[in-house]
Amino acid sequence: MDFQLTDDQRALRAGVRELLVRRFGRERLRAAVGPGGGGSAGRRAVGGLDRALWRELGEAGFFALRLPEERGGVGLGLPEAVLAFEEAGRALLPGPLVATHLAAGEVPGAATGTCVVAAVDGSLVEWLDEADVVRGDVGGAVALRSVDPLTPLHRVPRAAPPDPVAALLTAAEQLGSAAWTCALAVQHARTREQFGQPIGAFQAVKHLCSEMLVRVEVARAAVYAAAVTGDPLDIAAARLLADEAAERGARDCLQVHGGMGFTWESDVHLHLKRAWSRARRGEGAAAAEEALAEDLLTSAARSGA
Amino acid sequence: MDLSYSAEDEEFRARLRKWLGEVLPGLPAKPSADDWPGRRAYDLGWQRLLYDAGYAGLHWSVDAGGRGATPTRHLIFLEETEKAGAPYVGANFVGLLHAGPTIAAEGSARQRARWLPPVLRGEEVWCQGFSEPDAGSDLASLRTRAWRDGDDYVVSGSKIWTSHAEVADWCELLVRTDAQAPKHRGITWLAMPMDAPGITVRPLRTLAGSAEFAEVFLDEVRVPVANRVGEENDGWRVTMVTLSFERGTAFVGEVVACRRVLGELAREARKNGRWDDVPLRRRLGRLNAEFRALWRLTQWNVSESERGGGVPGVGGSVFKLRYSQARQELYDAAAEVLGPEALDLGREWTVDRLSSLSYTIAAGTSQIQRNIVAERILGLPKGR
Repeated sequence: MDFQLTDDQRALRAGVRELLVRRFGRERLRAAVGPGGGGSAGRRAVGGLDRALWRELGEAGFFALRLPEERGGVGLGLPEAVLAFEEAGRALLPGPLVATHLAAGEVPGAATGTCVVAAVDGSLVEWLDEADVVRGDVGGAVALRSVDPLTPLHRVPRAAPPDPVAALLTAAEQLGSAAWTCALAVQHARTREQFGQPIGAFQAVKHLCSEMLVRVEVARAAVYAAAVTGDPLDIAAARLLADEAAERGARDCLQVHGGMGFTWESDVHLHLKRAWSRARRGEGAAAAEEALAEDLLTSAARSGA
Repeated sequence: MDLSYSAEDEEFRARLRKWLGEVLPGLPAKPSADDWPGRRAYDLGWQRLLYDAGYAGLHWSVDAGGRGATPTRHLIFLEETEKAGAPYVGANFVGLLHAGPTIAAEGSARQRARWLPPVLRGEEVWCQGFSEPDAGSDLASLRTRAWRDGDDYVVSGSKIWTSHAEVADWCELLVRTDAQAPKHRGITWLAMPMDAPGITVRPLRTLAGSAEFAEVFLDEVRVPVANRVGEENDGWRVTMVTLSFERGTAFVGEVVACRRVLGELAREARKNGRWDDVPLRRRLGRLNAEFRALWRLTQWNVSESERGGGVPGVGGSVFKLRYSQARQELYDAAAEVLGPEALDLGREWTVDRLSSLSYTIAAGTSQIQRNIVAERILGLPKGR
């Protein structure tokens, strides 16, 4: 047993992070979000997808990561995909990443990033109007005024059957987001001064930050383990913990930022809104909890206890 | 990221299982909770069996008399012994997990030869005299005094939360030897023989009704200077060498046990009809996620310490924070499953629920753990 990242996995993670910092850093993120403000706040149309970036992701192997080499892919596995999606979540990278990744090898151009693929996930479709190919039944799709300024959403009447791999990659994005909001909160707590000292010296703030890290590390162990086993119940567990880490992490990060956290200018709300939207993918928390409850009965029966 | 065990590790597991299958049916009946001499004999007997089979001090270094096993082997040992229903470490806890490793790391050759083998062979019991009525979370403010008189230290003061004090042979004792020095620099580590004159042990009844702990009163107790480990006034550093969670394996058996209890809870709920309560059922499902993740975090921490040469990390604080809370949530859920019977002390889960209340306090309160995580991992400034 060596449940730690290999050198290759570390290098892959660093490579994806470097690419995203270079191509989708904070300035690019804020440009994509727009200024908000004025009478159009929250009502403005979501900006389009950056197709040049999409192709660059394709060239870097983001979508073809798990496709076998003989089919033009990178030939890696779920653990590597999870690391790449964790970085995407950290960078708040927009677009139907999971759908396009899952379409690699099945939809021409998906693997290389020349084709943008959207898919029904749960009872929602992200980026429907921007996609070149849409998978799943989108008959009767109705546009929502999406709470997440970087994720256009449609609601569909017929939910798609759950895909455990999609749930796992979503959990990886949630994990990356949770790790980033924790880091953001800590950075603010170190530098923001009130009452003559950094607010991070106050235990009330310190303890919020510690709990954020605990949720991140527990979710990380669950997400990485699920990537290794590929077991649907491990994935269900990973998903519950990663959703919790991302949603509560973003809220606590907002709290640590005080009034500034409530502004459009801050990045915190972008993480919170995306975390909310990711948590609606797939079957939802209730189904994951039911599956894990049922497992308690069946695994106890299996062990003959 | 690899969760599979090597062929050698699986062979170790198979041999251990076989041995447990042979030896456990022959164990004497478990003594009752109040029978301290019986508990001592039972726990030491188990340790002797481990010693004879080559499993004693599995995680201790070879030159300390241990087996020098990797953290992964230790994980397997703790997992399998718990699954097989083997006895807990019990009265051997302080000797095997704290005083012993401290002596192994900081003691002289003579001290190691005197104190380590009896711990491994199951011949001597140690207890811990650290906390005091006025020195809990702020342990370094301890006030039990010791002064030199010839070849002895003379010790006066009182200690609290001392497990197994009634039946211990030795106490690893922290005393103040320099009242003028900054609080961390005036402390000395002594091995105190528990039969020395001047020691009074008074059982301390917990809210669960049992006397798991004791208060220890010291009235001019003489401890030979030769029993000091490390230098005078260097006891804080000596203690901190081992006062972190052992290589991420501190709660392995407990997590295995919690997962078993969770399965039992589900079956009990199915039997008594509570399974149809959707919020309760979902709560049990979430607890399953929780304990699966805690098991994975254990494997993560063990692998990390194995890569780092067996050095425990601050990751133990992260684990303990979440685990202590999860354990309390588990037994709160058990109470929901039991319904009115949750008030019946005849139900094991009722007593376990009471005991779970100590988990967010013992071995560093959750508040102290959060300070540790914030300051040592996240790098937030130290508060006042």
